Amino acid sequence: MKKGYSLFWLIPLLVAISAYPVVTRSVIARESVFLILMYVTLAASLNIILGYTGYVSFGHIVFYGIGGYTAFYLMYKFGVHLIPAMLAGGVASALVALAVGEAVLRLRGAIFAIATIGVNEAIKSLVTNLAFLGGATGLFFNFKIYRSYGGAAKAIWFAYYLMAAVTIVTVVVSYFIKNSKFGLGLFSIREDEDAAAVLGVDTKRFKSLAYAFSAFFPGLVGAIFFFKAGNIEPDDAFHLIKSIEMIFMVMLGGYGTVSGPVIGAVIYERLKGILLVNPLFKNLHMAIAGFVLLLIVLFAPGGIVGLLRERFKKLRGVLE
Amino acid sequence: MEAWISAVLSGILLGLAYGLAAIGLNLIWGVMNVINLSHGAFIALGMFASYFIFKFAGISPFISVFLVLAVGVVLGMIAYFLALHRVILAPELSTLLATYSLSLIIIGLGTFFFTTNPRAIDVGLGSVKVFGAYIPKEKILVGIYSLIFTLLLYLFLYKTWTGKAIRAVSMNITAAKFMGVNTTFILSLAFGIGIALAMVAGALIASVFPFTILTGGVYELKSFVICVLGGLGSPLGALVGGLIMGLLENVLTLKIQVGYVPFLEFLILVIILLVKPTGIMGKE
Repeated sequence: MKKGYSLFWLIPLLVAISAYPVVTRSVIARESVFLILMYVTLAASLNIILGYTGYVSFGHIVFYGIGGYTAFYLMYKFGVHLIPAMLAGGVASALVALAVGEAVLRLRGAIFAIATIGVNEAIKSLVTNLAFLGGATGLFFNFKIYRSYGGAAKAIWFAYYLMAAVTIVTVVVSYFIKNSKFGLGLFSIREDEDAAAVLGVDTKRFKSLAYAFSAFFPGLVGAIFFFKAGNIEPDDAFHLIKSIEMIFMVMLGGYGTVSGPVIGAVIYERLKGILLVNPLFKNLHMAIAGFVLLLIVLFAPGGIVGLLRERFKKLRGVLE
Repeated sequence: MEAWISAVLSGILLGLAYGLAAIGLNLIWGVMNVINLSHGAFIALGMFASYFIFKFAGISPFISVFLVLAVGVVLGMIAYFLALHRVILAPELSTLLATYSLSLIIIGLGTFFFTTNPRAIDVGLGSVKVFGAYIPKEKILVGIYSLIFTLLLYLFLYKTWTGKAIRAVSMNITAAKFMGVNTTFILSLAFGIGIALAMVAGALIASVFPFTILTGGVYELKSFVICVLGGLGSPLGALVGGLIMGLLENVLTLKIQVGYVPFLEFLILVIILLVKPTGIMGKE
């Protein structure tokens, strides 16, 4: 496979987007860029299992919730710093993915999708009942926690920088996975799993690893997001709608491509922002999102990147 | 003792309604190999249809349910041609997302027009005393109706030409086409019937429990568990799965905290998917 050049414009683009609020010192811009970066990371990591491997992880938000809860609990109970807590959150998500994957990755197609919804709902109701995690009301930070970061305002900027770093790492990792032998194996599983197995791809190990990778980064994102929010509750952490948003972004941008999730996430955040601000569309944004998704599924299953690649052959090197 | 009798009776009656809610999903899943993620949205539509007919025309949900059935078939067939027909042979991702976007559209419009305020239908039939436990008459009617609709579906699938065609398409679509079956029509009809049953279940459940536009989602998730429990393709399996769910919810809550019930349900879902994906009633 010929290596493409998408990283040459993706990384500068992400750095430029991340730098914008820092340069302007605008809090509003920071909030929306934070969301964009978060969406990019979530979409790019879902893409590893959904786009590369062809497994529809419908309840993928469960890993964001697990990472969020692990990190939040460590910070809340033991006063651990955000960075180790975040890494612990990511590792916890990846380990859960390995354990759960051992079982559910044996399922294929739609049954796998339903099973992942089941896993998300089961863990959500379990967390809702665990008293040490605050039950249905969740956990709240004491504001003293932000003191070691130089106050709440600085802590939020710190979370922002961390998110930008995580996003860039995720995109780079997703690029290298796609262009490695491992990625080639994943794509062969997507196209025909049985044939891949016959040809010597260790499908079981490949799928487990892909699932763990795609769970690790949402775990990091959950940790940062809930650190910044200051509280965590089961309905927020395991919200199925967020899972759907992730799938939406991957499909909009183009699944199985490196740049697709980035493009999809940026457009989705902008679109949502515009729709939510407009009084006429404020309450209709769900219906509109559904309509757009339907159009993509029916008429442009390759997403925006798919359309561009088809239209402009020369762009294929930079859009992969 | 009375608590137990009441729990078991409620469990059976509720279980029948759950079963009916799941049958539509089961039919579509079995025949078209499509997991209909708009199932819950259509259950909610059925609830609202029943509610508005009761509110503005004063017609009891137990009569208007037949109108809901007819409207549901037409609505379902339209939905099939709008959202599914183009991708019916594409990989699962496409059909999952197509039905999900349908759900987003319905729930989005529903939230816009009906808001998410809870509503309820008070038919006011009173209750009867069974073995010392009081059971609302509406619950009993819902149970009976669920049985009747399941029986009707069974007769339709096994005794009529169209029903047999639906089963033929579910077994081998190419062979059915060679035998002169209009597969496009049959697929759209199967989807229509599945949607209609979802709406009927919603209409009936609305006479017992309060609801919002989002309530359908809860029943959709339960329906997944029921379908997996009962196995794909058989109306009876869905009914049995529904009964197990209903009993589980009503009897278990006497012993354990209510909050743990969903956890157990989804745990069962995942375990059954892993151990015996064809369902406890399904063939190997």
